[in-house]
Amino acid sequence: MSEYKWPDPATRPLLGKRISRVDGPVKASGRAKYTYDYNPNGLLAGKILRCPHAHARIVSIDSSAAEKMAGVKAVKVLQPPGTEIFWAGDEVVGVAAVDESTAEDAIRAINVQYEVLPHFVSDAEPPTNIGANNGPISRDDFEDMEDNQVPDEQVIASIKANGISFKPDDKYLKDAQASGVDPKVVAALRAAKYAEAKTSRSPYKKTAVQKQGDPDKAFTSAAAVSEGLYGASCITHCCLETHGMASEWPSDKDLVVHVSTQNLSGIAPQVSEPLGIPAGNIQVLQQYIGGGFGSKFSPDRWGIATAQLSKAAGGKPVKIMLERDSEQKVAGMRPSGFARVKIAADKDGKLVAWESRSWGTGGVGGGGTPPLPYIFEIPNQRKQHIAISTNQGSARAWRAPNHPQAAVITMTAIEDLATKMNMDPVDFITGNLELTGPREKIYRDELPIAAELMDWKKIWHSRGDKSPGPIKRGLGLSLHTWGGRGHNSDCDLTIHPDGSVEIKMATQDLGTGCRTIIMIVAADTLGIPLDNIKLLIGDSRYPVSGASGGSTTSGGVTSSTRRAAVDARDQLFAKVAPALKAQPEELEAVNAAVRVKSDPSRSLRWKEACAKIGAMPMTIRGKNPDKSKPPDLTNSGVGGVQMADVSVDTETGIVRVNKMVAVQDCGLVVDVKTAESQVLGALIMGISYALYEEKILDPVSGRMLNPNMEFYRLAGIADIGEMKVHMMTGKGYDERGVIGLAEPPVVSPGAAISNAVANAIGVRVPFLPLTPARVLEALENGGTHAAV
Amino acid sequence: MRPFEYVSPTNKEQVAILLGERGSILAGGTDLLALMKDDVVAPERLVNIKHIDSLRGISYQPGNGLRIGALTTIAEFAEDANVRRYYPVLADAANEVASPQIRNLATIGGNMCQRPRCWYFRNGMGLMAKTADGKSMVLAGDNRYAAILGNAGPAYFVSPSTLAPVLIALGAKIRLYSAKAAGSGVRELPLEKSFVIPKSENELEHDLKPGEMVIEIVVPPPSQDLKAASYEVRQRAAFDWPLAQASVALEMDGSAVKSARVVLGHVAPIPWISPEAAQALVGKSISPDTAMAAANAAVAQAKPLSHNKYKITLAKAAVKRAILSAAGQSAGGAA
Repeated sequence: MSEYKWPDPATRPLLGKRISRVDGPVKASGRAKYTYDYNPNGLLAGKILRCPHAHARIVSIDSSAAEKMAGVKAVKVLQPPGTEIFWAGDEVVGVAAVDESTAEDAIRAINVQYEVLPHFVSDAEPPTNIGANNGPISRDDFEDMEDNQVPDEQVIASIKANGISFKPDDKYLKDAQASGVDPKVVAALRAAKYAEAKTSRSPYKKTAVQKQGDPDKAFTSAAAVSEGLYGASCITHCCLETHGMASEWPSDKDLVVHVSTQNLSGIAPQVSEPLGIPAGNIQVLQQYIGGGFGSKFSPDRWGIATAQLSKAAGGKPVKIMLERDSEQKVAGMRPSGFARVKIAADKDGKLVAWESRSWGTGGVGGGGTPPLPYIFEIPNQRKQHIAISTNQGSARAWRAPNHPQAAVITMTAIEDLATKMNMDPVDFITGNLELTGPREKIYRDELPIAAELMDWKKIWHSRGDKSPGPIKRGLGLSLHTWGGRGHNSDCDLTIHPDGSVEIKMATQDLGTGCRTIIMIVAADTLGIPLDNIKLLIGDSRYPVSGASGGSTTSGGVTSSTRRAAVDARDQLFAKVAPALKAQPEELEAVNAAVRVKSDPSRSLRWKEACAKIGAMPMTIRGKNPDKSKPPDLTNSGVGGVQMADVSVDTETGIVRVNKMVAVQDCGLVVDVKTAESQVLGALIMGISYALYEEKILDPVSGRMLNPNMEFYRLAGIADIGEMKVHMMTGKGYDERGVIGLAEPPVVSPGAAISNAVANAIGVRVPFLPLTPARVLEALENGGTHAAV
Repeated sequence: MRPFEYVSPTNKEQVAILLGERGSILAGGTDLLALMKDDVVAPERLVNIKHIDSLRGISYQPGNGLRIGALTTIAEFAEDANVRRYYPVLADAANEVASPQIRNLATIGGNMCQRPRCWYFRNGMGLMAKTADGKSMVLAGDNRYAAILGNAGPAYFVSPSTLAPVLIALGAKIRLYSAKAAGSGVRELPLEKSFVIPKSENELEHDLKPGEMVIEIVVPPPSQDLKAASYEVRQRAAFDWPLAQASVALEMDGSAVKSARVVLGHVAPIPWISPEAAQALVGKSISPDTAMAAANAAVAQAKPLSHNKYKITLAKAAVKRAILSAAGQSAGGAA
C-alpha cells in the first residue's frame, strides 16, 4: 500500500528546509522571458481606443480613415454603436499595425461620437434615508423593503403614495404571499398604480439587515461600548507587468496565445467561445508573470481582441500590453470598505455585541461584502451592508478578497474598545480567542511569539505617546485567517530509463515559488537532487492544474506531485526489487539511490535503478483531490498575527513604519525561504495600501486622476522598515498538510498599522490610506470625522 | 507619441532659429518625453541642445560665486566638490530630487523649466482645466495637491521644482539667451522673476520669450554669516514630490538675524517668496518660538481650497523646520 501522506520530519531531505527559489537566477539576470518580452519577427502592435467618459452611450464609430492608413493591418470594433459604457477607459475599438506609433496614429484617426450620460463615482457614506423613495417603487425597492423588514403599514403607504414601476403578475403575487409577505401588502401591490421608473437609478444597493442574538439587550447591559468609523479606500492591483496577450494563428483553425495570466489552464475555454473555435485548438503559453494579485484570471476583452485582430491580419502575431494608465484604470481594483461600528464588551472584557452599517464600491457591480465582524464570532450582532454602484472599472479579486477591509473595520474597532477599557489589546484579544472557533489554538500559539519578536511588553504604552516632541511612536496588532485548500491539479511525472525525471503541469508560477515547491516535493519523494528534475509548466498542453487564486496553488500542485512521485517511486521499486533480492515494500529511495531499508549495503545508484525500467520511460499521473489515495494532503483555514511599530510626525501627519512582525501558519511549510518571502512581499504590499495607495476618481470628469505610479504611490525600500517573519512549523502544524499562503499575510498590515498610529497619536484615523491630510484632520478633531 | 522633427545643433546661436514657432528644447528629456508620450504636448520639432558644450560645466570663483551650466545634470550638481563645500544646502536638495536614474539624466536648466505635475494637466485636460460650463475643474474637483498661496486663479497648480526655492533663497540669477534678442542676446534676471503665474491657458508658467533658452544659473558667493537650510515634507521617503517645502537663507549678525529669505515650494504656482516670514525673523535670534512666528507669518495669507487645508499645516512645519535647521537647532521632525 502506497504511503501518500507527507513524510515524517526525520525522513525529509528537502521538504521544510530553507531552499532558494529555482528560477531566482534566471529572473535576477533578466533572462526570464515574460509575455511582455514576446517579440517574434513580424509582430504587429495592438492598441485600444478607450472611451474617455465615465458613462456614455456610443452613438457612432467611423474607423474608415484608420483602415486606409499605411501600416494598419486590422481594425476591430469591440463595442458597437448603441452600447452603454459604464467607465472611463472601457474598450471601444482595437487596431493592429506594423508598429506602436502607427497603431497610435490609427487610434487617433478613429472618430467615435458619444452621448455623454451622468456619472457617479463617490463612495462617501450613503445618506441615511436611501430607503425613502419619492418616485415609483421598483421591484428591487419593494423586495429591499421586505428584506429589511420595513413595517407593513409603511410599505403599503409607500406603494399608495408613489405607485410601482413594475407589473407583478399573479404568480409573483402568489409567490410573495407564500414567502411571507403580508396579504394586505400583496393587496396593495395588486391595486397599485403603475408608473414609469425614474430614469436615474439609485447607486445604493442594501443587503437585508442580518441579526443574531439580541444586540439591543447586549449593548444595554454591556460594561463598555465603543463607536467608531473605519475603512479603506479603493486601490488597484498595480501589476508591475501590465495585463496583456499576444495571439497568432499558425493555421486558420489553430490559435497560439502568450498571455500574462494566473489561470493558464482556464484561458482556452474563455477564448474559444468568443472566437468560435474548439478550445482544444488553442495553445496557451506563459513562463513568467510580473504580478497578478487576483486580477489576471480572464483573457479580457483586449486579449480576445489580439486573436481577432491577428485573424483579420492573416494570422500574424498581434500583441497588446496595457499602458500603465489603462492598467490602473480598468485592469484591477479592490473595492473600498467602510463602516460605522458599535461594539461592546462585558466587565471582563468579553466581546458581547456588534453593530455595523458598512458600505463600499467595487465599480458598477457594487462590490463584495466584507465578512463582519472579522475573526470573532460575537454572540449578538446586527449588521447591514450597502454596495455602491460607481462608474469605474469593475473590481477584481485582490489578494484575500474582502478580508483586508473586514480586518480594517473589525480589528480597529476592537482596539478602540480595548482602549476604552484601559486594556492592552494583546490581553484583550487573548481573552476573546474562544470566539475564533477552530483557529483558537493557532492564535494562542502565535500571539506570544509575535509579542516577543516585537518586544511588545516593553515598548507598548496606553493610547497616546506622552513623550515630548512631535514624533510619536506606537504599536498595533491584527489577526487574520484564510482558507487555502489546494485546487484541482493533475501532474504527470515521467522517469526515464537514464534516470532523468520530468514533470509536466499546466500551472503557473506567479513569483510565489510554485516551481520550487513542485520540485522539492518530487525530489524529496524520489530521494534525488533538485537538479535531477526537469519541470515543465506554462503550457496548456500539459495536464490541467487550477488557477492561482485564493491561495490554492501550493496545496494543489504539491498534492498532485506527491501522489505522482509516490506512485512512480513504488513502480520503480517493483522493477528494481528483484535485482536487490528484496520485496518492493522493503526498499527506500534516498541519497540518489534505491536501497534495502534494513540493509543499505544492498543498493543501486538512482541511474542504475532507473535502467531497470526497460526501454520506455514510465509516466505516472498524480491528481488532487484523489479520494482513492488518502489521506488528503492539503488543508484549509490558517491563522496569522501581525504587529506594527510606527512613528508619526504630528506636525506633518507623515507615518513611517519602523518595524513589522508577522507570525504565520500555513500548515506544512514546503520551503521555509520562499514562504518567508511570500510573507515579506505581503507586508510590503500591506504597508503600501495602509499608507499610500488610493484610486482617486475625479468627481467632475469621473476619470481616475492618478493612473500612474507618481501619485498612485507604492512603498519604496526606504519606506518599509524592518520586517520579521516567523513561520509556524512542527507539531500541530506539519500534520495538517500543505495550505496556501498568498492571501493571509496581506490581510492584517492595514489594521495593524492603523492601530499603531492610533496608539501613537492618541486618536483614531478612520480610513486607509493614512495620508497626512487624514492624520492631521484626525488630530485636529479627535478622530470623529473622515477626511478625503 | 506624435511624429516630430529632430535637430541637434552644436552652438547656441542656432537654437532660436531652429525652435521656430512650434519647437521645444530637448535636454535631459525626463519631463518633455513623458509629456509627449502622454500626448499632453505635441511639439513639431525637438531641438536637442546636448551637443552645445558651452552649456555644460560648473565653476566656482570666490568673488563671483557659482556658475552652473544649464546642461549640468542633477547628479553632477549634487556631487560637485564646490557645491558640496560652499553650498551644502544645494547639494542636499539635489540629492533629494526624484530618483538616481532621473538625477543622472535631468538637467538644471530642465529642472527650472519642468512643467507642473497637476493631474488635470497631466491627464490632458489643460493647465487651467475647465468644465463644460467654464468652471475650474481644479476648484470643482479634487484639489488635494493644489496651491494654497497665489491661488486667486485661474492657475491652481504648484510649481514643481525643489531646487528653485533653494536657489532663490540664496539669491541666484538665471541667464537666458536668444540669438534673436538684441545686443549679446543674454538676459539676466533674478531667478524668481523667471517664474510667473499664468493668467490663461495660452500662457506659460515661465518668463521665456520665444526662442529663448536657459544657459546658466549663477549663485552669489556665500557670506561668512550665511545660514541656509531647506526642508521637504514628503509622504514617502522614496521618490516622491514634496507636499510642501521651505528653503531659508539667513544673514546673521552675531546671534540675531540681519536679513532673511524664506521661499516656499509646492504651495503656489511659483516658488513663493515670503517677505512676511523674513520680516518676522529680522532682528531676532532663532528659537522655536521665532521660527514658529515666521512660519505663521508665511501662511497668514494662505487660502485653502476644498481639499487642501492640510497643506497649510505642512507649509508651516516646513518653514519652522527649515529655519531651525539653518540655525543648527533640532527641528524635532523627520519621523
